[in-house]
Amino acid sequence: MEETQANSGGADEPIPFMQQLMDNPFLLLFIGVTMPTVFYILWGIMEITAIPIAN
Amino acid sequence: MTINRDFRTCPDTGFKIHLPADKLIKWNAVSGVVFLMIGGLFGIAVALTRWPAVHLLPADWFYLALTAHGLDVLLVWLIFFEVAILYFASSVLLGSRLASPKAAWAGYWLMLIGAVMTNIAVLRGDSSVMFTSYVPMKAAPDFYLGIILFAVGALLACFVFFGTLVIAKQEKTYEGSVPLVTFGATVAAVIAVFTIAAGAIILVPTLLWSVGYISHIDTLMYKVVWWGMGHSSQQINVAAHIAVWYALAAILFGAKPLSEKVSRTAFLLYILFLQLASAHHLLVEPGLSSEYKIFNTSYAIYLAVLASMIHGLTVPGSVEAAQRKKGFNKGLFEWLRKAPWGNPAFSGFALSVVMFGFLGGISGVMMGTEQLNIIIHNTIYVPGHFHATVVTGTTLAFMALAYWLVPTLWQKELVLPGLAKWQPYLFGIGMGLVSVFMMGAGTLGVPRRHWDINFADAVMGYDFPGAAHLMMGLNGMAALMGALGGAIFILNMVGTILWGKPKTKAAEEEAPAPAPEPVVATYGNAGTMAVPGTFTLAMVFLVSFVLYYFVNWKYLAGVWPLS
Ligand code: HEM
Ligand SMILES: [Cu+2]
Repeated sequence: MEETQANSGGADEPIPFMQQLMDNPFLLLFIGVTMPTVFYILWGIMEITAIPIAN
Repeated sequence: MTINRDFRTCPDTGFKIHLPADKLIKWNAVSGVVFLMIGGLFGIAVALTRWPAVHLLPADWFYLALTAHGLDVLLVWLIFFEVAILYFASSVLLGSRLASPKAAWAGYWLMLIGAVMTNIAVLRGDSSVMFTSYVPMKAAPDFYLGIILFAVGALLACFVFFGTLVIAKQEKTYEGSVPLVTFGATVAAVIAVFTIAAGAIILVPTLLWSVGYISHIDTLMYKVVWWGMGHSSQQINVAAHIAVWYALAAILFGAKPLSEKVSRTAFLLYILFLQLASAHHLLVEPGLSSEYKIFNTSYAIYLAVLASMIHGLTVPGSVEAAQRKKGFNKGLFEWLRKAPWGNPAFSGFALSVVMFGFLGGISGVMMGTEQLNIIIHNTIYVPGHFHATVVTGTTLAFMALAYWLVPTLWQKELVLPGLAKWQPYLFGIGMGLVSVFMMGAGTLGVPRRHWDINFADAVMGYDFPGAAHLMMGLNGMAALMGALGGAIFILNMVGTILWGKPKTKAAEEEAPAPAPEPVVATYGNAGTMAVPGTFTLAMVFLVSFVLYYFVNWKYLAGVWPLS
């Protein structure tokens, strides 16, 4: 099958950006931790801290 | 320090297996199965208590059993087995030595000690706070400490996994990109790191609060951070069991993914968006804005739902492509009819794909919609939904894998092959019915985590419709059927490991000769998109999805009669 060789790339064909990203587990780890930390945890905590305290 | 470079070659598959990895995979998988058994027993007790005519346990025991059930199956069983999958997908599939077996063993013991510690705390009776342990309900300190130790152990396992990826690359045990199954496992490990970090942020202060060093933990703050862990840990399961689906398709059929690019992109969407959906557990919290809820549960998460539907299409698609290549070309479905339905590794896999999608996926999208959530919030619909995802989806997929993995790693034959044939149907259909009946009762308003819907000794009672009681009774019967299936699985696994006959040469000759390089360990596309049967099934799925979704909007309109 031709595709089997596809990922080892032709001799001097540049590796596409997305493939470089997906071949780098630590970049994936960084993205996978940052996204939910920012959009879910930090945003959530900001909203909670913005709730006025009853007096 | 000397590096252990001892390998053995698997006679069935040709894999080069690093001996320390071999042993670690076995111990983690077996420990998982043991906790599945313990947790399953608690599950039966819970289901029999919620069967109104049986009402087995007194109230305090009910909440104790419910806590133990949730923890032992959701946390301990799945994560132990996932650690085994991580080591398999890195060390075995890449033909590499495992990074730091010592750290891996430290992780194993931390997980085991933690799990036992939390179980003891629960069994003592002073920590029946259920697995969510919402503050201000307080458990004993060792309850939280056990979970923290377990999580640290799991984190070590993730580090060993990432370390093994690095070593395999350095030592050039593979070329180009890692195989798709390893990529899926990487996604699971990435999600696991976020999960454990969120867990640490919330459980360490909660432990200190339980000891008495901290006076107060804000309940909403707890819920937000806790669900960062609680929801994400379910997505470790999803990523892991989808990797297992691809693995089984490759192992059983020599199937290659329709498109590596598409499948990997779908996995990437999980990394980007799946964890944001943690917010669907907070949809009725008054302290959070609609922007926050809707962004995290709709705009972003639908991209992750899209990813699941892609996998739901490409996994059966890859099987169809492989079957058609073998000549099963008649009509739309010959490839499916001629599949090995008597092989539990296949039937478990097939049922897992179907029930995860139809029961778990459709109900999940419905209940994750802010407006619709209120129909089912805190009803037994919720456990109905997640028994479809985490039991008929993940657990069944892991069982299917075990039917291949255990005989292969141990080089033994299954002790009860006849019963094994029926096991996925008993367990899968039984637990599928459990999901359906719980969802049905939940739609009628039956609450989750509720000891007595008859309100026998309550000051203010409430009469649920007869249908609700009927559903809870049927749920109990289906639970018995599922539990029987679960027991057969455990008997088969434990029996095979302890007493299984060693695989003989004769049996080997019957089996087809192993491919020189197993497909599951390679990169490559099927090279066709002609999978009409799969597309037909996908259309059935989409129509059911749309119908169910709109029926629930209609239902929502009837919840508060305006006249
Ligand atoms: C013998 C098989 C099983 C039976 C009969 C069973 C039955 C039940 C029942 C009746 C409930 C209680 C619902 C409620 O009152 O709110 C429950 C809760 C739960 N089950 Fe299962 N289940 C089984 C297997 C599993 C497995 C394999 C998993 C996970 C992999 C699982 C995860 C859970 C979780 C997380 C809860 C929620 C606990 C809570 O609300 O705190 N169950 N189960
Ligand atoms: Cu969730």
